[in-house]
Amino acid sequence: MAPAAGEDVVAPAAVDDRPRTSRYTVMRGLLLRDLTVLDKQLGEFLHNTVTQPLLLVFVFTYLFPLIGQGLGGGTEAGASRFASLLMAGLIAQAMAFQGVFRVAVPMAIEIDVTQELEGRVLAPASVSTLATEKIIFGAILALFAAMVVFPVAAFLPATPIYLVVNWPVLLTLTPLACYTSAALGLTLGTVLKPSSVPMLSGTVALPLAFGGAIFYTWSSLDPVPWLKYLVLLNPLVYMSEGMRAALFNGVTHMSLLAIYGVLSVFAVVFTVLGRRGFRRRVLS
Amino acid sequence: MTDGSSALTAIARDDAPQPLESGPPAVITTTGLRKTYPGGLTAVESLDLTVRQGEIFALLGPNGAGKTTTVGMLTTRVVPTGGTAVVNGVDVVADPALAKVAVGVVAQANTLDRGLSVWENLYFHGRYFGFGNRAAKEAADDLLERFHLSARAKARIATLSGGMAKRLMLARAFLPRPAVLFLDEPTAGLDPQSRLALWEILGQLHAEGETILITTHYMEEADRLAQRVAIMDRGRLLALDTPENLRRSLRTGGVLVLRTEGDLELLARRIRLVWGVLEATPGPGELCVRLGEVDGALAEVVGAASRAGFTVHSLSVDEATLETVFISLTGKALRE
Repeated sequence: MAPAAGEDVVAPAAVDDRPRTSRYTVMRGLLLRDLTVLDKQLGEFLHNTVTQPLLLVFVFTYLFPLIGQGLGGGTEAGASRFASLLMAGLIAQAMAFQGVFRVAVPMAIEIDVTQELEGRVLAPASVSTLATEKIIFGAILALFAAMVVFPVAAFLPATPIYLVVNWPVLLTLTPLACYTSAALGLTLGTVLKPSSVPMLSGTVALPLAFGGAIFYTWSSLDPVPWLKYLVLLNPLVYMSEGMRAALFNGVTHMSLLAIYGVLSVFAVVFTVLGRRGFRRRVLS
Repeated sequence: MTDGSSALTAIARDDAPQPLESGPPAVITTTGLRKTYPGGLTAVESLDLTVRQGEIFALLGPNGAGKTTTVGMLTTRVVPTGGTAVVNGVDVVADPALAKVAVGVVAQANTLDRGLSVWENLYFHGRYFGFGNRAAKEAADDLLERFHLSARAKARIATLSGGMAKRLMLARAFLPRPAVLFLDEPTAGLDPQSRLALWEILGQLHAEGETILITTHYMEEADRLAQRVAIMDRGRLLALDTPENLRRSLRTGGVLVLRTEGDLELLARRIRLVWGVLEATPGPGELCVRLGEVDGALAEVVGAASRAGFTVHSLSVDEATLETVFISLTGKALRE
């Protein structure tokens, strides 16, 4: 439609004397908001992040060796190896779970039940910017969760853990894994019905964890080929194997090329799906 | 009646002498705006509207008229399927992010951030809109004071009454001083006191020059607040004018309600024959008579009723209201 004469003189004059705003301003404001809310729920967050790894580490790597119910072949070296591979797996799991569920669950509820996302969607930025902020915040949470779980998994086991950190891998893989988790969370949050939130632990969390190479290395699945290839669909496998590569240099793990390659593909796919889903849910 | 194109062409440059009919510049202009939802429901059909700076503009219509969809399109939440909408000089489809700078929205539902306190809801909204820490704090303090919410600054959102939540949403929408404020059914479900409080605040904002678009299905609200009213039904604009002109357009001498008993259908047939009666509609225990502008019609109606053997227990005369305008345009009542 051709603009009517004089339309261009309707200048947005009022905009000019207001504070300038850009997508970065909006994103910073939203991150600040999310961190404020996290601060209020910090106790609950820590409790939620630490409890499961704490119990797993306590039972498998502290209690079992003490009561002679050994994992890892019953030898001290075996127990130590198991504690190490479990540690990497638990850190990966903490990242994945906090990244996925801390994004997905609030989003499903804020879109459908409380409708409060509608208020934040009015922030002056594109819908993609708002979706990206959710991923970034989820990634920060995932990183935070990994840092919280690290000391638990490193110092609690009864058997010593020999960390051989591969810094370049640790410093690049951790952000990639955190981002991928949060992007998966965004995708999940936009398709999730609030009524199915209570079922998440059974339908998503447990398959993700038990098929996620947390308690075993991926290569050790050789005797069960169907499972070995089935679990390749699980992003957590690459995170667990990646954490092994990062923390226990020299331990058998999946090739770094596969870890980085597949995680990057997952990151891109989940970002695209998540943004698209978010757009579909907040616009009509 | 003012239509979009004439209002637009009437806008003159600041440096040019303003023709008398030009009025303030347009803040909202829609041309052929349309929304058909996936599934085939057309909520808004080819809407042409112009809202001028500084006015309170009401979209009046029953549920399902397309008011909320219209507001949704103007505030970037609903993507139009046809036509254009320009808010404060920004095409809302082409640049929704920039358009959002110009709009403040008070939605029908409570969309306040439940993770934050009352004060924080305002503070962070300021931050989203580019206010620095100090400016956002000051704006939040000021608005809480002004909207009588200071005592609840630290309260959780869940503890607010409906009226307070609405006031906070209005404060939040107003905080970045948007070019236009949208309020979707702002007083639906509020108690009369909260409704009055909200009207008072809207009156103050209007006095400060804020442009406000409200949707409502309350006649009284549109009549009392708005300088211009657009009557919508089933996605179409039926009329657009000042409340006064809309009433005048009916050329009616008012509405007479007779309370009586007996065969009201019979009475209605008799009354319709009286000179000056436009319509007589029987209801339970009463007869509603719409009068033309004829002197003495009222006395004639009462006389005719008593000659027909009906005892009139009481009668009331109402001036033509927006309700009667609405009925005459759509043939049905606005459901409240």
